[in-house]
Amino acid sequence: MSEVKKIATRDSYGNALVEAGAKYDNLLVLDADLAAATKTGVFKKAYPDRHIDCGIAECNMVTIGAGLAATGKIPFVSTFAMFAAGRAFEQVRNSVGYPKLNVKIGATHAGISVGEDGASHQCNEDIALMRAIPGMVIINPADDVEARAAVFAAIEHNGPVYLRFGRLATPVINDTPDYKFELGKGVVLKEGKDITIVATGLCVAESLAAAARLEADGISAKVINIHTIKPLDEELIITAAKETGKVVTVEEHSVIGGLGSAVCDCLSENAPTPVMKIGINDVFGESGPAVELIKKYGLDAEGIYSKIKSFS
Amino acid sequence: MNKLELQKTANEIRKGIVTAVHSAKAGHPGGSLSSADIFTYLYFNEMNIDPENPKKADRDRFVLSKGHVAPALYSTLANRGYFPVEDLKTLRHLGSYLQGHPDMKGIPGVDMSSGSLGQGISAAVGMALSAKLSNEDYRVYTLLGDGELQEGQVWEASMFAGHRKLDNLVVIVDNNGLQIDGNIEDVCSPYPIDEKFKAFNFHVINADAHDFDSLETAFAEAKATKGMPTAIIAKSTKGKNVSFMENQAAWHGTAPNDEQYAIAMEDLKKVGEALCQK
Repeated sequence: MSEVKKIATRDSYGNALVEAGAKYDNLLVLDADLAAATKTGVFKKAYPDRHIDCGIAECNMVTIGAGLAATGKIPFVSTFAMFAAGRAFEQVRNSVGYPKLNVKIGATHAGISVGEDGASHQCNEDIALMRAIPGMVIINPADDVEARAAVFAAIEHNGPVYLRFGRLATPVINDTPDYKFELGKGVVLKEGKDITIVATGLCVAESLAAAARLEADGISAKVINIHTIKPLDEELIITAAKETGKVVTVEEHSVIGGLGSAVCDCLSENAPTPVMKIGINDVFGESGPAVELIKKYGLDAEGIYSKIKSFS
Repeated sequence: MNKLELQKTANEIRKGIVTAVHSAKAGHPGGSLSSADIFTYLYFNEMNIDPENPKKADRDRFVLSKGHVAPALYSTLANRGYFPVEDLKTLRHLGSYLQGHPDMKGIPGVDMSSGSLGQGISAAVGMALSAKLSNEDYRVYTLLGDGELQEGQVWEASMFAGHRKLDNLVVIVDNNGLQIDGNIEDVCSPYPIDEKFKAFNFHVINADAHDFDSLETAFAEAKATKGMPTAIIAKSTKGKNVSFMENQAAWHGTAPNDEQYAIAMEDLKKVGEALCQK
């Protein structure tokens, strides 16, 4: 078996911006002294005049983005998820969300897979924060292919978009000729009849691997990739819940307010179904290699598999 | 407009402010009245704008960073012809487009939503940067309160504006010396304001916020300044021209009752009569 190609979605972000920069003259990229880490450095190299380093001042950067959008530019404001959604929350809420300005928030280093930097930089709350803002679109791509497509989908959507990218290189799972990204549409990656696994981000590949193991145990799991957490593909989730009777959500985010909560919000109203939420269980992260942290916090295939076994 | 016309217009704008806040039974009259002459100068003499075409691409932009003085902005826009003066009475009412703080989505002539202090200046900086990046000529004006200078984001934005040499940006500080909790010097002094902006690589002009000659000189100097943004520190009187509101922090965010409203309008009527005799 050939080695699986792995790419961090933050790299996909930078690469997609370079590609998009050629197509959209009014696209600008803003950073807060982290261009090397957010991987927008490649855009800076390609379009030095359209890359704005705001220095270490994320609140100002986000609001400058609002001013740029109000005058017809398409700004991508880039920093770590912790600072984009956390530190600058109120700027995103009041200066981007409320006036519905066309600002794209490129949030890298989301979740515990930040790794060694530890809990201060591991943002497991950003989806919850962004979901609460009316009109905010939230995209959490599963791999390189989806991340690059998400950048273009964000540009084509007129309004605020929060894009969530990771630091860790993760398997490419969407490298197919007929791949198509549709904003707000979930993707069924595997059919199944006993249980539905709804996963997002780097947990999608792990969930597919977990589903394969469940299959060997005689449990047929349907796997849905939700790249757009808001607006949520409610129809797909309701249908799957009715078909399989049980739902598991998997995300590299707190179990409070993220994909799991969004799915529960949807199902409790439309098709009450038992749901198990797999994610970060209301704790802060810690320092360590990303792969080991994902294992420790039960977000690898093995962890997902054993939790689902206990649920089914 | 000549000086007398500006003074008369400012007086009408003040009447609109007091009427709007009285009708809303809530709002911020003190800082609205202190900034009324600045608004008048900007919208009637300084800015390239067209009330018939509020979104024309090459217009000068204005961002009300001290968003709570929305009554002053709205009264100015109404008197300038963006929407009926009569609508000012709907301020803060349920269903009115005149929201408590500026809402760019629903109010003709409002270039940026604001209200959370410290953010408007950053948005204005973004607009000024935008003009520079695409070689456009429009200028960007933003009005801040002196209490607002306590927000750290003001200085993040100022550092960036100075660094980027945004000479199409004019930051105006309505220096009325009072904030909700009292005298700005007692709460948390932002002084020396001029020296601070100088340190952030601004050209700084001290002006009298109620003297149109002083404002004319200041804005002309700002326009002539190249290679750096300008900050105009405009010394003002909170509650200007309403006798019982002048220099009273208590009138920062309180609406006049019917009796007080009558006194306020009488005060402004007298100001208007005095101007007519000039």
